Amino acid sequence: MRDVFLFIAGFLACSVEMVEALTIVLAVGVTRGWRSTVIGVGVATVALAAVIAALGPALTAIPIDALRAVVGGLLLIFGLQWLRKAILRAGGAKAMHDEDAIYNEEVLAARAARSEVHAGLDWYSFTVAFKGVFLEGLEVAFIVVTFGSNQHNVALAALSAVAALVVVLAVGLLVHAPLSRVPENTMKFAVGAMLTTFGIFWGGEGAGVAWPGNDAAIPAVLVFVIGLSVALVAVVRRRHAATSQVSGGMAVR
Amino acid sequence: MRAFLRFWYDFIVGDDWTIAVGVVVALGVTALLAHGGMTSVWWLLPLAVAVGLSWSVVRASSKGH
Repeated sequence: MRDVFLFIAGFLACSVEMVEALTIVLAVGVTRGWRSTVIGVGVATVALAAVIAALGPALTAIPIDALRAVVGGLLLIFGLQWLRKAILRAGGAKAMHDEDAIYNEEVLAARAARSEVHAGLDWYSFTVAFKGVFLEGLEVAFIVVTFGSNQHNVALAALSAVAALVVVLAVGLLVHAPLSRVPENTMKFAVGAMLTTFGIFWGGEGAGVAWPGNDAAIPAVLVFVIGLSVALVAVVRRRHAATSQVSGGMAVR
Repeated sequence: MRAFLRFWYDFIVGDDWTIAVGVVVALGVTALLAHGGMTSVWWLLPLAVAVGLSWSVVRASSKGH
């Protein structure tokens, strides 16, 4: 049960981050050329591997209860932030994340930037590709290492990240354009709900709580989190509609 | 260094710091009660999540972001 949740949560979370990284890389590569962009992606990947190699063993050395409380707390904070954004977007109180707009902004910035070539590399392309892949990749690494070490199954968490990478890259190569049709908010909603669920469960376990039914409590917590989120989307929609009506009415006057 | 710390702050704490504070307080209270012998306080974290998330979402929707 935990392994299935672990894989799905890892896959969805990593996919969202990778779509964001791919958008940046495509925009820079298409506009300024691929050589420096691909080198930037490669160097960022090596740097990420070094961070994961340093972070993984350090986490496994921490006692399991302390690790669960800390990781549970971090996942809970992280998951609630994702869920909060997804609820506000679904309720109409915050603009949807638009990969097309982000792609166009990156393209404009890449065109406007001066060409600065050192050691045969276009430093703009290298830096933007490196930054995009490294920062989004750090988020993937955080998810993989925390999920994996908590469940003593880093391999499965890493496999979910690799599966996400393969799917996102395959789709990216096929469409050769920003993945604007990916229902990103729905994925963020799902990932936020899963991270929050794991955060509640592991945080509780780490704090010394005895969950009724042990692992069987996980789906119950997930249902609770989804139910709460759906109810909050309805509340935000109602508030947003009421606010729009009031401001529309004032504009008419 | 500053940019690095900023990244981690934005990444973990995000737009609403009250969520992070609420989670730390809820986990601390749960741990205190559980280690005091009340291991059946499993309901405390879900309750804290319901209250904290509702508060944060309603506040943000009132502000319009």
